[in-house]
Amino acid sequence: MQYILQNPGTVLKLTLEHIQISLISVAVSIVIGVVIGIILTRIKILQGPVLGLAGVLYTIPSLALFAMLIPFFGLGLKPTVFALILYSQLAIIRNTVSGIETIDPSIIEVAEGMGMTGWQKLFLVELPLGLPVIMAGVRMVTVMAIGVATIASYISAGGLGDLIFLGMQTVDLNVIFAGALPLIILALGADRILVLLQRKLERWREDLPSTGLVKEG
Amino acid sequence: MIRLENVTKQFGVVKAVDQVNLHITPGEFLVLIGPSGCGKTTTMKMINRLIDPSAGRILIKGKDISAEDPIQLRRQIGYAIQEIGLLPHMTIADNIALVPRLLKWPKKKQRQRVEELLEMVGLDAATFMHKYPRQLSGGQRQRVGVARALAVDPPIMLMDEPFGALDPITREQMQDEFIKLQEQVKKTIVFVTHDMDEALKFADRVAIMNHGKIIQCDSPEMILRRPANKFVRDFVGSDHTLKQLSLIKVKEAMITDIDTLHPDNTIAQAKELFKRGSSNIVVVAKTGEAIGYINREDLNKTPEDRFVSEITVNSISTVASDKTLKDALTVMLKNDAGYIAVSDENRKPVGLITSSRLRQIVSEPRLNSREEQ
Ligand SMILES: Nc1ncnc2c1ncn2[C@@H]1O[C@H](COP(=O)(O)OP(=O)(O)OP(=O)(O)O)[C@@H](O)[C@H]1O
Ligand SMILES: [Mg+2]
Repeated sequence: MQYILQNPGTVLKLTLEHIQISLISVAVSIVIGVVIGIILTRIKILQGPVLGLAGVLYTIPSLALFAMLIPFFGLGLKPTVFALILYSQLAIIRNTVSGIETIDPSIIEVAEGMGMTGWQKLFLVELPLGLPVIMAGVRMVTVMAIGVATIASYISAGGLGDLIFLGMQTVDLNVIFAGALPLIILALGADRILVLLQRKLERWREDLPSTGLVKEG
Repeated sequence: MIRLENVTKQFGVVKAVDQVNLHITPGEFLVLIGPSGCGKTTTMKMINRLIDPSAGRILIKGKDISAEDPIQLRRQIGYAIQEIGLLPHMTIADNIALVPRLLKWPKKKQRQRVEELLEMVGLDAATFMHKYPRQLSGGQRQRVGVARALAVDPPIMLMDEPFGALDPITREQMQDEFIKLQEQVKKTIVFVTHDMDEALKFADRVAIMNHGKIIQCDSPEMILRRPANKFVRDFVGSDHTLKQLSLIKVKEAMITDIDTLHPDNTIAQAKELFKRGSSNIVVVAKTGEAIGYINREDLNKTPEDRFVSEITVNSISTVASDKTLKDALTVMLKNDAGYIAVSDENRKPVGLITSSRLRQIVSEPRLNSREEQ
């Protein structure tokens, strides 16, 4: 606590950096992942290869992936965001596909039978009804991004990882704590906000499925 | 209105629909029936192009639908299915107004239409409009499904076992209401069912299918009286006599030359009626309700200055005139009665149904009662 109280400016700056990294990567991941997911529900033969590739990307250790991206992007924010986007694709794409494909087929049939165009079906039926599953993916990815972004400190992306690694090198628990506490608050807070957002979007449902938070790091 | 010409649909090696020819006239209620997997749903879905035929063509109002935009086509055809398929994230009002919304009706007109339709299917608009589908019972959802199919007042309705998932009591109630509704809206309807009784209740014509082919397409009477082959006979079932009774309304078959007596009429007056050849005498209360009957034996044993009330047998069952003969038979069996009175909506006796009358009807070579209507 001491360090935080003595250097509130530094902690705040690093926290904001951390938020920035996570927010940008999650936002871009959602857009790319949902679009790819929708395409996969239309062209089913692509599902195997694309999900396979996303699965492979997901298994690469984060430090190795950061290192591999340095030749292309250098150090800092860019390779970090890029890596986080790659990591997120599996969860977002897979959840988008299963969110849409697990919709009661009779609902889709009626939507088509009543004369919805493809776009109307997508926006009036598939996305709203697939939302719970898609949101579960988003929550997973958000928590993961906040965690993995810590490691990005190694490639000078900034963020709260700076404090944690500094603390580990100097064996200063105070500094480690100054990084870890905001990090935990950030992860829990982000998840909470997403849950509330989801509730708002899904007032028609009574119960939310409890999504297991996936830890990464 | 709808014409299927040599329509065939092949799924891989399975011929789901095989050389089907059908001509459905405007305002006709056509029921497709047959064992599971015989191609009913496939036939129906080809009409709104959810499935395209492998061969043959389908014409609606003379136009080949394969040349039409399926989206536009579907918006003019009401569609209701067993699973209902209400959108769970939309309120009942939004569900019903779905097609109007796709057609970009003004908001106010959409709302009016929703209220009108809820009323029509017997749901209170104010109560249900803003509810979500999961807050409704199965029967209520089914009503909403029917209302939604009617939303833009389409001339054609396709209904795939719309009452199939309901419990027997709710189903029967929905069927009765649907008959009344159809009398109002007079759509051209293609209706799929598994249930022969349901088919007979609704149909102008029944098309019996098996293995993708139409085996017989005829009026309910003809299906019952002249089954084309053994398959139809077996499919109709051994209780076809009873089924025939369910096709005929009590008021079409009742004996109408009845005479009535009041309890305070004298025996002399009663004897006078018998002398004039009346054989069907019902005793009615001052209020007009049937309360009993008199026997000729009792009549002959009783002095002429006594009153009818003294010899009235106070047990006569009644059946409403808009019920079917099957209902009448049920009442007779339940009360172990040889005859029952038929009452109109004011509960006044307007006729009689006797067991000999029922026997006579079942053995008549042809039934005209329906055509006469
Ligand atoms: N999309 C499809 N792909 C392959 N085969 C199909 C498809 N749809 C239907 N079939 C087959 O076509 C045949 C007719 O199916 P259809 O759904 O029309 O039957 P049905 O008469 O409606 O049966 P049910 O009473 O069980 O609803 C069945 O053998 C079915 O397996
Ligand atoms: Mg079917």
